[in-house]
Amino acid sequence: MITIIDYKAGNLTSVRLAFQAVDIEVKVSNDPAEILAAEKVVFPGVGAVGTAMSELQKGELGDAIRQSVAKKTPFLGICLGTQILLEYSEEDGGVETLGLIPGQVKRFQPKSKWDKVPEIGWNQVEFKIEHPVLSGIENGAEFYFVHSYYPATKYDENCYATTEYADATFSSIVGKENLIATQFHPERSGRIGLQLLKNFSNWSGQC
Amino acid sequence: MLSKRIIPCLDVRNKIVTKGVKFQNNVDLGDPIEMAVNYSDGGCDELVFYDITASAERRSIDLEMVEEVARSIHIPFAVGGGISNLTDMYNVLLAGAEKVSVNSLAVHQPDIIAEGAKQFGSQCIVLGMDPVRVSKPECPSGYEITTRGFREFTGMDALDWAKKAQDLGVGEIVVNSVDADGTREGYELDLTGMIADAVQIPVVASGGAGTPQHLADVFEKSHADAAIIASMVHTGEYTVKQIKDDLIQAGIPIRKKW
Repeated sequence: MITIIDYKAGNLTSVRLAFQAVDIEVKVSNDPAEILAAEKVVFPGVGAVGTAMSELQKGELGDAIRQSVAKKTPFLGICLGTQILLEYSEEDGGVETLGLIPGQVKRFQPKSKWDKVPEIGWNQVEFKIEHPVLSGIENGAEFYFVHSYYPATKYDENCYATTEYADATFSSIVGKENLIATQFHPERSGRIGLQLLKNFSNWSGQC
Repeated sequence: MLSKRIIPCLDVRNKIVTKGVKFQNNVDLGDPIEMAVNYSDGGCDELVFYDITASAERRSIDLEMVEEVARSIHIPFAVGGGISNLTDMYNVLLAGAEKVSVNSLAVHQPDIIAEGAKQFGSQCIVLGMDPVRVSKPECPSGYEITTRGFREFTGMDALDWAKKAQDLGVGEIVVNSVDADGTREGYELDLTGMIADAVQIPVVASGGAGTPQHLADVFEKSHADAAIIASMVHTGEYTVKQIKDDLIQAGIPIRKKW
């Protein structure tokens, strides 16, 4: 059973439907106790980081996320959910985030007038490591991205994959131990995205 | 490198996909869910659904259909037609759509863009515009915005409107040429290029696609980020894969595997 965190910032429906499409049971919850007790956790998100962080701090969801990760629960971040796992985001005038992965979230700077921001569409993801959640997926496969800000990990060991856009070669998958998080949307990335979600559902949390 | 997106457009009327020329003489083509699954399996990068009679009939969008689409395909899709307020936007996104497209509503209440962007994020809000070629002093770009399926002229200049919508916070703009719509003679390259050149957000070309070369032209000459197709695939003359193969041959960045 996978628990999807509901903090009103979500692409919740599409994440839930994508897991269900590959016959994986999911529960949507905003209850910190349930999240802490969950077997596996998905932290989705679209929207702006400021609103999302204040929503997380209002309840005890932020703490539940920290504790869940600390107790080695397999944990998947998606898009804004991923950005919030780093230490700091440039968005909304600068926001301190959960700090579970060392690094920052930066805004794309167009190199030419044709580099549109947000980046919207399919782009290649170059894997830097082998990982059970990426098993059976071709290196360089394309996933669906929608974002104006991108993760920049402090240490290479937390950068599991890179993607190129505008001025950046950014960390499109970040991770640490039982935590893996994608800047792209596996729930919107067709068959390949569903494969990633399925892999996550089978993952023990060990690399 | 970011791939150029190919987006089949499904105009839906009473739960049936339909297609006309310049918004008229529509013929029925098939079931929207079945067609969505076929296009998604066939390699399209995204889909767009317009509930084409909702606006004219002044009713809300068919949410049941949106939910059914969301259960059936796992690539992004946008939904438009019959969005009249923030609640409608919320319902469409909650039903599983990636984006909501506003057109007539945004013309009459531009602030809905800013409110929607603030509440749901810019990336969810698509501006659809239906410009038509005119020669009028109030439209210096040479194109005037029409609404309600080409039924109403607004007096608004297309280029001004695109820039204003960007400032209000729209995430991307679909430029649907009324003059080219359904003709299959090619996108209106000047119009698309003019708008793509003037805004910093992605621009989607729409109206007029008849051959893969038309897509190559609009990507290369007009710098469109994505292209909407309809008749050329709905009639079965081309598959999405055939179009993609031609574009790859032409050296355009295209998603190759799905």
